[in-house]
Amino acid sequence: MKIWKYGDNINTDMLFPGKYTYTCSTADEIKPHLLEDLDPSFSKNVKKGDILVTGKNFGCGSSREQPVIGLKAVGIKAIVAESYARIFYRAAINQGLILIECPEAVKAFSEGDHIELDIDNGKIIVGENKFSFPKLPKEILAIRDAGGLLAYTRSKLKKK
Amino acid sequence: MDMTFVEKLLAEYSDNKDVIPGQIVTVHPDHLLTHDNTAAIIQKITNELKEYGVHSKSLSIIVLDHVIPAASEKTAVNHKVIRDFVRTYDIKNFFDVGVGVCHQIVVEKGFALPGKIILGSDSHTCSYGAIGAFSSGIDRTEAASLMLTGETWLKVPNSIKINLQGKLQFGLSAKDMILHIIGDISASGANYCSVEYHGDVGQLSLDDRFTIANMGVEMGAKNAVFLVDDITTNYLNSIGISRSSYKPVFPDKNALYSKELEYNLSEIEPMVACPHSVDNVKPVSDIAGLDIQQCLIGTCTNGRLSDLRIVAQILKNKKIHPDTRLLILPASKNIYEGALKEGIIETLVRAGGIILPPGCGPCLGAHQGVLAPGERCLSTANRNFKGRMGCKEAEIYLASPATVAASAIYGKIIDPRKEMKK
Repeated sequence: MKIWKYGDNINTDMLFPGKYTYTCSTADEIKPHLLEDLDPSFSKNVKKGDILVTGKNFGCGSSREQPVIGLKAVGIKAIVAESYARIFYRAAINQGLILIECPEAVKAFSEGDHIELDIDNGKIIVGENKFSFPKLPKEILAIRDAGGLLAYTRSKLKKK
Repeated sequence: MDMTFVEKLLAEYSDNKDVIPGQIVTVHPDHLLTHDNTAAIIQKITNELKEYGVHSKSLSIIVLDHVIPAASEKTAVNHKVIRDFVRTYDIKNFFDVGVGVCHQIVVEKGFALPGKIILGSDSHTCSYGAIGAFSSGIDRTEAASLMLTGETWLKVPNSIKINLQGKLQFGLSAKDMILHIIGDISASGANYCSVEYHGDVGQLSLDDRFTIANMGVEMGAKNAVFLVDDITTNYLNSIGISRSSYKPVFPDKNALYSKELEYNLSEIEPMVACPHSVDNVKPVSDIAGLDIQQCLIGTCTNGRLSDLRIVAQILKNKKIHPDTRLLILPASKNIYEGALKEGIIETLVRAGGIILPPGCGPCLGAHQGVLAPGERCLSTANRNFKGRMGCKEAEIYLASPATVAASAIYGKIIDPRKEMKK
């Protein structure tokens, strides 16, 4: 498992350049351009189970959801950030991508540290340090646990 | 319990007597805005659309504006898929290429009304706070779900009160003001929050408020709002919407704000957001003389008639610098026609400007006016992220229409006031 560390205000253009937004929509189209203008090594080397550790306001900018779809598709286990931009946060819930907001854990992380996650119980271990993060409200967990918003909506429509 | 604007509005829409920040509520928005991304949205729910249809024919507002006219076979197919969808499901509010930028159309056609909720799969959906609506951006998947069900959840945000005091000086604009504020509170300074503008707002026209609300998302805000006053009602009257057809929402006197900020507008000078973030804001005087290869005037932030009037005043009988390109996009066909009527277009073309169709144009780097490595663009848009205009080795600076127009004459960033007549 590799941990990819980035800074504050990582915006949607860095995660997935705007010039591709109307030509790439599927996971396979998105993957080669993921983080293209931020870290060209990312899309070639990212592996299932990797974790992103980032600073404040991760995912700020556009409403484009390709970064979320791409990060989920390459198998990112979770993103641990000091904070997120709100549209990105919603998009992650809707795609079932796990976001953890825990500024203390980000600050404690240094290169080479191992990270262990217990998502259900809201615990994160960074190196020797243990932190907790708040659970999502039940209304939101229901969407994530259904496998994302469209799966949740489909089951709701079927019940009607 | 006294409530802020957003608390009151979300309480009403969720049938609650009151709500508190952090509470999750279910709402049925009045409208859902989508644009060129409608093609990707409906392709997610092809089977569900066949089985259940759309929740409502009048919920969606669809505007083709992001890559218009189509720049490739792929974008042309997207537009065609959207037109077919509109026909098949009898979608009532559709605006094809050339009508304008989606946010301008939502306001201009009277979809944005005080006290309403509009969600849109575009981050600048927050613009309609200019009219006293609650509006906010969502992702494509959520837009797809809304098309099917007409409902979604919202978390009640904390509210920030921004008090504007004093008067903007000659030559200064709403753009300078909002850049100043974002520079101060940072790109995440209003994260998850509802921003209310109070104080000396009577000097801000509806166009000014549009620019300010539009950039709410650049400080992380969920929405940004101006409360309804004579300026709002006069504007709505001018587009044929009478005072009896909407119900404004006002915050209560003792509502609780998570933060209160005050800005003295008389102290603000022309501002520029420098690469590569919108909160990297400096006075123009700090970077004056920096050469620029491209100037862009327009977009959902500053492509309105009042913006083009200022630009034309500055460029009247002038020529832009030979080493600079000037691209101009009226934000809608209506604005384009207004500018034609007033002779503005003639002035701009004679000065050396290139008029692009009413749409998003070069702002997002998908087509038209893409930058080359090493080039610098001075733009009236709302974002200057690295790579935003199609090239990660280019630089984007954001400023007011006056600053961009005056700078185009010299091929360098300058303080526009010396080029303006009192």
